[in-house]
Amino acid sequence: MKTRCLVPGLLLAVIAFTGCVSKPYDYANFRAHPPRSILVLPPINESTDIRGTYGYLSTVSWPLAEMGYYVYPVAVVDQFMKENGLPTAGEMQQVPLKKIGDVFGADAVLYVTVKQYGSKYQVITSTVMVSAEGKLVDVRTGLTLWEGTAIVQQSSSSGNAIADLIVAAIDQVVNSSTDQAHVVSSQVNTQLFMTKDHGLLGGPYLPDEKRQ
Amino acid sequence: MEAGKTVNAFKWRLVLLAVPFWLAGCQSPDTYYWGHYEGLVYAMYVTPDKIPPERQAEIMEADLQKASAANKPVPPGFHAHLGYVYFSLGKLDLAQQEFIKEKTRFPESTVFMDRMLANLAKK
Repeated sequence: MKTRCLVPGLLLAVIAFTGCVSKPYDYANFRAHPPRSILVLPPINESTDIRGTYGYLSTVSWPLAEMGYYVYPVAVVDQFMKENGLPTAGEMQQVPLKKIGDVFGADAVLYVTVKQYGSKYQVITSTVMVSAEGKLVDVRTGLTLWEGTAIVQQSSSSGNAIADLIVAAIDQVVNSSTDQAHVVSSQVNTQLFMTKDHGLLGGPYLPDEKRQ
Repeated sequence: MEAGKTVNAFKWRLVLLAVPFWLAGCQSPDTYYWGHYEGLVYAMYVTPDKIPPERQAEIMEADLQKASAANKPVPPGFHAHLGYVYFSLGKLDLAQQEFIKEKTRFPESTVFMDRMLANLAKK
């Protein structure tokens, strides 16, 4: 939970664009075909950062499992598919549902596209932006159970020029050695899957005390 | 990036108001003991030279101990991932044990774990 909760020092701003949508998601298909298990395929990466695919993939198991679903081991699934002649996320996402059902026995597949992943440096501030869209599909019927989008932007600007200069200096040192977007990906996934009325419904392993 | 430009001062204030709620959300404890599972997935792909499979196995074994001490289950996929690490190290007996643990704990994984076990049997 360290990296997911605490952002020491820097002023943090999170914009939840999902939060701007007031109408709740229509869960009719989700309720008609509630999945127990979710197979997450490696995301298609539309960002310019090559770390986008796996930076994102390594933050997706936590929210889904904590929401009560069986989540297939993301790296094992990726390796298994590569060993079976599917070297890229694009090819993996083309696998027919029938085949996914036969090979993995999954109830639902999560298709994700990472739209943005990375840092933008300005003179006195830096901004980390990650956005992703996800679609959960029922393996047996092909119906879309759920769709969502989330954007998280983390900025180091405080409005105080001197403080910003210091922060920007620290930021560049920190961000050059670590992949800040990876940390932000966790927040994107929290927004995407755990936002009430827009995220996923609770799965079979969700403890009763966490049900809303 | 257009989205960032449209954020005006009023929205930023709303955002700052939202932060405490978001932090409060973190207080709900996790159902599972996650240890280094997701961090290792990241390291496997982004900095593979830093964490060879031997080291991955050690870290995950230590996580299992800690999970047990904390009286919490490890998350779905953990045993399967560790099994795969053992498999890549040629420790087939240990791999088999982990794949069996995964499907015992989470029967949803049965079809996939049986496939992994069948692959092991061919070795």
